[in-house]
Amino acid sequence: MFTRRLSLWFTDFLMYALLIGVSIFMMLPFIWMVSTSLKPPDEIFAIPPIIISKHSSLSAYVYLQQQYNILGIVKNTFVIAFSATILRLFFCALGGYGFAKFKFPGQGALFAFLLGTMVIPGAVTLVPVYIIMRDLKWIDTFWPLIIPGAANAFGIFFMRQYIMSVSNELMDAARIDGAGEFTIFWRIILPIIAPGLTSLGLIFFMGSWNDFIGPLIYLKSPELFTLPLIIRSLIGPVGRTVYDVQMATSVISLIPLLIIFLIFQRRFVEGITAGAVKG
Amino acid sequence: MTETTTMNQSATSLLSKLRRKWLEIVKMRWPYLFISPFYILFLIFGVYPILFSLYLSFTEWKGLGPIKFVGLKNFEMLFKDKLFWQSMTNGVILFFLYVPLMTFLALVLAVILNSNRVRGFRLFRTMIFIPYIMNIVAAGFTFRLMLNEKYGLVNLMLGIFHIPPVPWLESVWGGRISLCLLVIWAWLGYNMVLMLAGLQTIPNELTEAALIDGASPTQAFFYVTIPVMRPVILFSVVLSTMGSFNLFSEIYNLTQGGPVNATITPVILIFRHAFTNFRLGYASAMAYLYFLILFVLTLMQFRYFGQQAD
Repeated sequence: MFTRRLSLWFTDFLMYALLIGVSIFMMLPFIWMVSTSLKPPDEIFAIPPIIISKHSSLSAYVYLQQQYNILGIVKNTFVIAFSATILRLFFCALGGYGFAKFKFPGQGALFAFLLGTMVIPGAVTLVPVYIIMRDLKWIDTFWPLIIPGAANAFGIFFMRQYIMSVSNELMDAARIDGAGEFTIFWRIILPIIAPGLTSLGLIFFMGSWNDFIGPLIYLKSPELFTLPLIIRSLIGPVGRTVYDVQMATSVISLIPLLIIFLIFQRRFVEGITAGAVKG
Repeated sequence: MTETTTMNQSATSLLSKLRRKWLEIVKMRWPYLFISPFYILFLIFGVYPILFSLYLSFTEWKGLGPIKFVGLKNFEMLFKDKLFWQSMTNGVILFFLYVPLMTFLALVLAVILNSNRVRGFRLFRTMIFIPYIMNIVAAGFTFRLMLNEKYGLVNLMLGIFHIPPVPWLESVWGGRISLCLLVIWAWLGYNMVLMLAGLQTIPNELTEAALIDGASPTQAFFYVTIPVMRPVILFSVVLSTMGSFNLFSEIYNLTQGGPVNATITPVILIFRHAFTNFRLGYASAMAYLYFLILFVLTLMQFRYFGQQAD
């Protein structure tokens, strides 16, 4: 009995040691990021390292606004992420509804095709899509970051699963009352699937907010930059990187997502796990 | 005469068949209309680019001016391109450096945090998951700051234990390990959450029965949890495999492919050829070969795990 208890105690000890160790590893970059963004430049590489400086100030943030109009950059990032998310949600819900609540010739093949498109890596279409955007004169606009992804295979799959569990009664009742198919979708289906839309919307918003390769390829003018792109552009010449300013931008890019995530944590996790467990 | 009649007849019957089919489609227009945006967009930004890219892979083109057809020249060059094969090898090395460790750690953490017995399990879950939402550019530069050889926080902390400074970003294996640290930092929480969702579909009685029968928690983990979780583990490993060859933003912002190309991956190379050297034909050929190899690799993984499951 005693050895059993001792081994249990030992297991507990190992468990907590692992949890605390991993948590420190996870939190340290955040702490260091915030700390650096508040430090005066000469303390950034101080030995021994300073975590909370006596000379803390928001001067890096003020500088960011004066030199780079960071609020304008936040607005760009938001405009792109928000419009991309709304458009995607609309088309994914519509497509999911089409697959979930109708029987039509070719349905199975069309759905299999849709799932199949998910294995194509973006690298294969990188060059031709760039050429298309150039010929459309969409380089240095937000369109390439919003339009191509407007209907997304994973999103349609996700919404199909979700809408299949909605009962047909309300829809049938509306049909008897003479409602059109689109009205049924807009007035009846959309309100019911709001939780699913939230889960999916959070994933889309985060993906677009954090996107790096898209803006890197398509945005050229600094006033159109997004947050990840501006962080990248702050590296400057070798050894002269303004780390406090760069870290301040990183903090700014994180805060909106952090707030959204902490509010909707459960919905968010539901969204990212839906594909793995059901599929 | 008779022949033409039958031909006319069969033509009319074919026409009426087509007409009926068309009427059926018109009657059923709503679902087609609802799913059409995806297929229209995929035609423009998927099918056309895939075909155009296939064509480009047999040409030389700088993006402007005439497209020069060169046959298999790009592929011949590709087979001799040491950097391309180095990038594929790097993908494999990175895979072995972080995927087994991350997957195992994710599973262990999920098992621990699945039981409400752990105090503060919600807080731990959140802390481990949070890095997933940070954009990788910010993360990459934070890591660069912390891994700086002379002044970085990590080496200063190691110095306390009298460990000499590690050239994290200045040496071949240091660069690779730094990259893996960043990837594990960013993706461990995501994989843990996948595993947690998987664990919640397993009835608790299964593990409890094993424990009552006298199995140790470690035995229960290896002989009950892992076999039951195989589909979720497969999903996570397949995603990570594609992930390790697809790494782009992580590398672009942390190591830039260096030192001495130790962390260059195919996608970085394709990007470079396309947007820095403007060798669009060569970049397309590389993208195709890369896709083919990755596809075979994924199939092999399904085979391997599939067999073990039988």
